[in-house]
Amino acid sequence: MNFDKLSRRHVLQGTAALAVGTALPLRQALAKDTTIGFIYVGSRDDYGYNQAHAAGAAALKKMPGIKVVEEEKVPETDAVEKTMESMINLDGATLLFPTSFGYYNPHMLKMAVKYPKLRFEHCGGLWTAKDPKNAGSYFGYIDEAQHVSGIVAGHMTKTGKLGFVAAKPIPQVLRNINAFTMGAKLANPKVTLQVIFTGDWSMPVKEAEATNSLIDQGVDVVTCHVDGPKTVVENAARRGAMVGGYHVNQAVLAPKAYLTGAEWNWEVLYPRFAKMFTSGQTIPNFYRGGLKEELVKVSPYGPMVSEAARKHADEVKASLMAGTYVIFKGPVADNKGKTVIASGVSRGQTDPELEKMDYLVDGVIGATS
Amino acid sequence: MKADVGAPIAPSGLGALLRLPVFGPKVGGAAEYIVIPALALAGSLVLFGVFVALFGKNPLDLYFYMYQGAFGTWFSWQNTLTRAAPLILTALCTALPAQLGMVIIGGEGALLIGALTATSAALAMQGAPPPVVDVAMACAGMIGGGLWIMLAGALRQYRGVNETISSLLLVYIALAILNFLVEGPMRDPTSLNKPSTPEIGAANMIGSIPGMEVHWGLVFGIVAAILSYILVYHTVFGFAARVAGGNIRAARVVGLSVGKLILIICFLAGAAAGLAGMMEVAAVQGRANANLAAGYGFAGILVAFLARQNPLAIIPVAILLGGIGASGGLLQRRLGLPDASVLVLQGLIFMMVLASDTLYGRWGLFKGKAS
Repeated sequence: MNFDKLSRRHVLQGTAALAVGTALPLRQALAKDTTIGFIYVGSRDDYGYNQAHAAGAAALKKMPGIKVVEEEKVPETDAVEKTMESMINLDGATLLFPTSFGYYNPHMLKMAVKYPKLRFEHCGGLWTAKDPKNAGSYFGYIDEAQHVSGIVAGHMTKTGKLGFVAAKPIPQVLRNINAFTMGAKLANPKVTLQVIFTGDWSMPVKEAEATNSLIDQGVDVVTCHVDGPKTVVENAARRGAMVGGYHVNQAVLAPKAYLTGAEWNWEVLYPRFAKMFTSGQTIPNFYRGGLKEELVKVSPYGPMVSEAARKHADEVKASLMAGTYVIFKGPVADNKGKTVIASGVSRGQTDPELEKMDYLVDGVIGATS
Repeated sequence: MKADVGAPIAPSGLGALLRLPVFGPKVGGAAEYIVIPALALAGSLVLFGVFVALFGKNPLDLYFYMYQGAFGTWFSWQNTLTRAAPLILTALCTALPAQLGMVIIGGEGALLIGALTATSAALAMQGAPPPVVDVAMACAGMIGGGLWIMLAGALRQYRGVNETISSLLLVYIALAILNFLVEGPMRDPTSLNKPSTPEIGAANMIGSIPGMEVHWGLVFGIVAAILSYILVYHTVFGFAARVAGGNIRAARVVGLSVGKLILIICFLAGAAAGLAGMMEVAAVQGRANANLAAGYGFAGILVAFLARQNPLAIIPVAILLGGIGASGGLLQRRLGLPDASVLVLQGLIFMMVLASDTLYGRWGLFKGKAS
């Protein structure tokens, strides 16, 4: 390592010269079309969270006058701020969808303050009146679809043991686990659901291990809430277990094992937002909805799903679509025997208490910490 | 090379060109360190162009977008420098112990621990004047990260544990500690779906360098790299470290206390990465959560090796890799290339630079006289 002094000076001079020579004024690529930017935290063909958003982006590409720019595998650091700015400065994006949870605070909020004339829409954040007016958050009550999927699982299980591979014990995941379990118990009050938390959103090796260990314990229907369910679905199918999908339809990965699944329906929501945006309407800052509002959907039933299961699931689905059905309706006890929703209390989807969920309902084997 | 050893006949063709003494002896030795890496870089860009052409994309478009995305506009420069800032500090975590012949690859762990200790300091000092909080955060971050890598150094010195393995495994322990604290004892109860510690407070956030939107981590990184260079090449301590790195027995024979050197150098290395973690909290995230594990520590290993463990060379190399990262987005958006294509380029550069290592001292071009 005997770097000579002259070379260092050369390196520094060279770098400086390059810097001066290329520090051109900011150029903006102006497009006639409305340019919409999508940012994904993982790869957009992950058969999961990111693919669901990419499917929504693909629906936008079909609309006239709309140009979509996409970037995948952007970490939840200031890199995402620079990606947003790059889309704004170099591509002329005026509506941005940074789709991962960790993009919201502080990154997207910071950009919304810096570019007050542009629009920022985040999936999953909780927009409050303190946040910038040109920022918004949207999310779907996917636990409704999980509930229906749970009913099917409850009918189809032979061992009475269901398995759930989950990322982190956060409210949204717990809500899915609980809704799924409560659905299964409607079909068969004796079922239990074993949950395994892997600790992070994308851990293929741990997800495979968790799936195998669930099946070793006699579980015959496995579902999950991780970013990319591919590993869980394929492993479960290989081991002969049945599968409930998540995020997108994974039937292609396991045609003989896929019962049904809870899917996002971004390909309906994004064109809806784009129409509001291009026609000059304001996109609501806080946007939520479930099956009825077409933000989520249930995968088509697999061929092995019994008539009884289909009928039961369709009934509940119809009443969820009609808005007459409440999943979290008291009395609900957690798996330690404590009453968490009292008898007579009915927590509808918009109830803020549900956003704070920190328990697992009776029938779930596992702990939140 | 055999051809060089007493070549009796007059060299011809390319061989002649390579042996031609173009540079004087002093300039030549220095030029070698610029020309060879530059050729390696150019070679990897050409190979990457071929790779991209195989996917039916025009390599010229590729080069244009890479230039535009990384260095083509003032915004692109800021994008590049923002990405480079943490890499300079995490690269030092590998480059400093390398002077002792140690291969430390656990900068990511030191970064996470540094971020945690810095956050803890800020949370413990709520109400103190912001400059005091920031200094305390920086000290806490450096001490936390420093002790973390010192642990790997101590394991090597006192228990004979391979420092490469132990520092890597310590990354996973650091990550587990981070997740445990962030989801448990240090969790802000209002951080529902994104478990995080409470925020350190807007007043305590370190802003950007005046005139640009790049945080102060870049300046800290450059200063740390320069100080490291001085330490390694212009102090007795650094000389002792390099002696120990060259031959540990000889160093012991001449009375150098190698154990102390290992512990101090490892502490300094970890402190650099810990400072990077502190900057991520104080300048970017504003709190500690899983977002901190963004892989800066691992990217730093690449930077250190590409810089051939030279603290000063780390600066341009980090900017280069920052530029590749910054242009990666544009490649995805304009050429429809997958994100992984940037990794292919990084891999090509890494291979070419390592392979070019064999060329040093073998070209007459750089020598004062024909060989």
